[in-house]
Amino acid sequence: MKIILNVWRQNGPEDEGRFVRYEVDNVSTHWSFLELLDVLNNQLIEKGEEPVTFEHDCREGICGSCGFMINGVAHGRQYSPEGRTTVCQLHMYKFKDGDELYLEPFRAKAFPVLKDLMVDRSAFDKIIAAGGYITVQAGNAQDANKILIPKEVANEAMNAAECIGCGACVASCKNASAMLFVSAKISHLGLLPQGQPERKRRAQRMIAKMDELGFGNCTNQYECEAVCPKGIRKDFIGRMNRDYICSINKEVDTKDFVGAI
Amino acid sequence: MSLNSKVPTGPIEQKWDKHKFELKLVNPANKRKYEIIVVGTGLAGASAAATLAGLGYNVKVFTFHDTPRRAHSIAAQGGINAAKNYQGDGDSIFRLFYDTIKGGDFRSREANVYRLAQVSVNIIDQCVAQGVPFAREYSGYLANRSFGGAQVSRTFYARGQTGQQLLLGAYQALMQQVDAGNIKLYHRHEMLDVVIVNGHAKGIIVRDLETGKISKHSAHAVVLATGGYSNVYFWSTNAKNCNVTATYRAYKRGAYFANPCYTQIHPTCIPASGDYQSKLTLMSESLRNDGRVWVPKKLGDKRHPNDIPEEERDYYLERKYPSFGNLVPRDIASRAAKYVCDERRGVGPGDKPYAVYLDFRDAIKRLGKDKIAERYGNLFEMYQKITNENPYEVPMRIYPAPHYTMGGLWVDYNLMSNIPGLFVIGEANFSDHGANRLGASALMQGLADGYFILPYTIGGYLAEIGWNKVSDDTPEFNDALKVVEDNIKKLLSVNGSKSPDYFHMELGRLMLDKVGMSRNKAGLEEALRKIPEIRERFWREVRVTGSGESLNQTLEKAGRVADFLEFAELMAYDALHREESCGGHFREEYQTPDGEAVRNDEKFSYVAAWEYKGVGNTPILHKEDLKFEVVKPSTRSYK
Repeated sequence: MKIILNVWRQNGPEDEGRFVRYEVDNVSTHWSFLELLDVLNNQLIEKGEEPVTFEHDCREGICGSCGFMINGVAHGRQYSPEGRTTVCQLHMYKFKDGDELYLEPFRAKAFPVLKDLMVDRSAFDKIIAAGGYITVQAGNAQDANKILIPKEVANEAMNAAECIGCGACVASCKNASAMLFVSAKISHLGLLPQGQPERKRRAQRMIAKMDELGFGNCTNQYECEAVCPKGIRKDFIGRMNRDYICSINKEVDTKDFVGAI
Repeated sequence: MSLNSKVPTGPIEQKWDKHKFELKLVNPANKRKYEIIVVGTGLAGASAAATLAGLGYNVKVFTFHDTPRRAHSIAAQGGINAAKNYQGDGDSIFRLFYDTIKGGDFRSREANVYRLAQVSVNIIDQCVAQGVPFAREYSGYLANRSFGGAQVSRTFYARGQTGQQLLLGAYQALMQQVDAGNIKLYHRHEMLDVVIVNGHAKGIIVRDLETGKISKHSAHAVVLATGGYSNVYFWSTNAKNCNVTATYRAYKRGAYFANPCYTQIHPTCIPASGDYQSKLTLMSESLRNDGRVWVPKKLGDKRHPNDIPEEERDYYLERKYPSFGNLVPRDIASRAAKYVCDERRGVGPGDKPYAVYLDFRDAIKRLGKDKIAERYGNLFEMYQKITNENPYEVPMRIYPAPHYTMGGLWVDYNLMSNIPGLFVIGEANFSDHGANRLGASALMQGLADGYFILPYTIGGYLAEIGWNKVSDDTPEFNDALKVVEDNIKKLLSVNGSKSPDYFHMELGRLMLDKVGMSRNKAGLEEALRKIPEIRERFWREVRVTGSGESLNQTLEKAGRVADFLEFAELMAYDALHREESCGGHFREEYQTPDGEAVRNDEKFSYVAAWEYKGVGNTPILHKEDLKFEVVKPSTRSYK
């Protein structure tokens, strides 16, 4: 089949950028979406034109490298009616002959475009550096089975911990809010007994950093949850807000929420 | 001359404790006078960097990714082994050690493997303390599952995303040290050379992938944690950007490359489905716990799998290996799949399909769909996305794919290469797995090296060399910088007509065919003739668009393919010289009548460490003899 791609081409952070139209013939339904771009790129290189820059690595939906907008939706989620997806896990059997698609980078103030479909997401690292961890030097730890964690709590922590840091949530939010991402980490660590000592400090610092870097706030439209390739739930944002309130109000103690789901 | 592995004397149980005591220490106030470079931020690199920084060293960390959390460790699914014996099923440090030595087909160093089994228990403690959400029982205790090559349940897991959770733990620890100011993180920086000054590794040359700027970085020691080289096959389970460049360029600077022919072909991957497929997708080996592998008994049976009655199915692993059944080690499971497909009993579309069934029918009947979904839900989901088939209803089709490389830079017991000051950890080194790695042991080794071994051994080296500042303005640094710049200019100036991928695929096809799952003398000699031809055409016909002074993915790719085109030859040399079958290295000339590997301990019980002698020249072989003092090498049997 034939697929028509209108790809955002931008030569660098300072370039204005524009859509360029490409037609790719003989597209196989077995290809993944990124393999479609591979084929296009190899054709461009052979013609001496610069290929489309896009980020990708594992192509198994777990590293979080890939992601761009297809016809306005992050990871082309609208083409995956059966459920969540990353763009590397989107296959061409989902598309029809002659489909015309618009590919754009994940746009947000805090994610400047580097080139074509590639953006700078290092802001996420800065947020994690501001408290998204449990401090423990190798050698400190007690026996792993001395910390009993109810299965439901471990499962819920895992539900939050599954975030792959791709940034689709930010790109999909009209406020460019990173709250789904930040709340996932705050919830993952805040749910576990090991995460309690640093819980208040973590919420304070991560949220302050998120604001400082230019991410917006949540206005409860949940576009983020709708496109999240790992199904991170919006309720974690509620948890994050609760931790934040506890962290600024000395009267409320987070220990009231230990293990709470 | 045999290489000196510096294994401590004494009983195996006491070697590591004794060595830790004998290593010189750097006192806390002096640690901050040292700088250490860590290249790569997978499990090994991130855990090492975080631990070293926590000890007080100044650490510079380099990753070619946009963030350290992308490293391919993230894709490991099944789990991590540890000799905790929480299940009370007879596990012990000694059993994990024994299983790993045997699993590696008696081609690994005993003392290293014993130490790995010893520290395995600390890894689980450390990861739980960091908040890794391992699977739990209702009681709150940690859950375990079993894995290939073992008869005990010693594998800890976090759904099908164990690697992700362990890497995020290490990444978060690393970012905590960035926040504390002890680590300086260079993201999107690719290491392109190691700098050797007076015989010691003193720094690296890197290219900033965003701006194209090339810079020099000096330190008291350099740690490479840059992963394996399965992408030499183009079609592998590795992430697209995995490459051999860092270790290969260290090899060109004099580091010995050990056992490059030991590559692991993973049995449970989604079969290839066309020429433009960019990679092969692995599904965790843990699936073999509950899935049963079979093919039809009849040749070319085209019936729907669900229409093939029980008595016409050949559960060939259960038949050939009754005591391990579907849980035989990876090399054995992979070759067995190849044999049945060679016999035209493969399944799926096409005339001579290369795939076998992995069937969950019986497990679903026994445990219920919900239990299976809980254990493998994300894997089933991934399979369905890619193949458009529902594995709850139709058996999965699987086939082996290149996955992990046991070979790597040679290191001694201290994880230091033959170049003083150049340490190599994780998949990038050759140690611990011998000729075949057992499932759930890569995560264990990466974290063992990074959290619990290197932080001790590197201290011993640093204490000896002192903390005099290392300058990056020496002829050695400037020369290395020029080599890197010249190489980039050369790539940009070929101006041919074919993409780097074109040559990479051509090399991959050749390597899969001749230096893949099974090898023979004629095929390896053919590979040694053809690789230089492909390389020569690459340098005449490749096209690298764009410039060196900006973000240029084609240039990055071309540099990595150029290194694979040299490195592939080294693999073939090693495979040709090793006239025996062991682990992942199967030479067709050396097998029993029923197709089992025949090892030759008399001639090949050594580590083959190769020294670079120029592009296209035969490398020089150095040997490290393997001495087995505790486990007597035997024929590896899983029957």
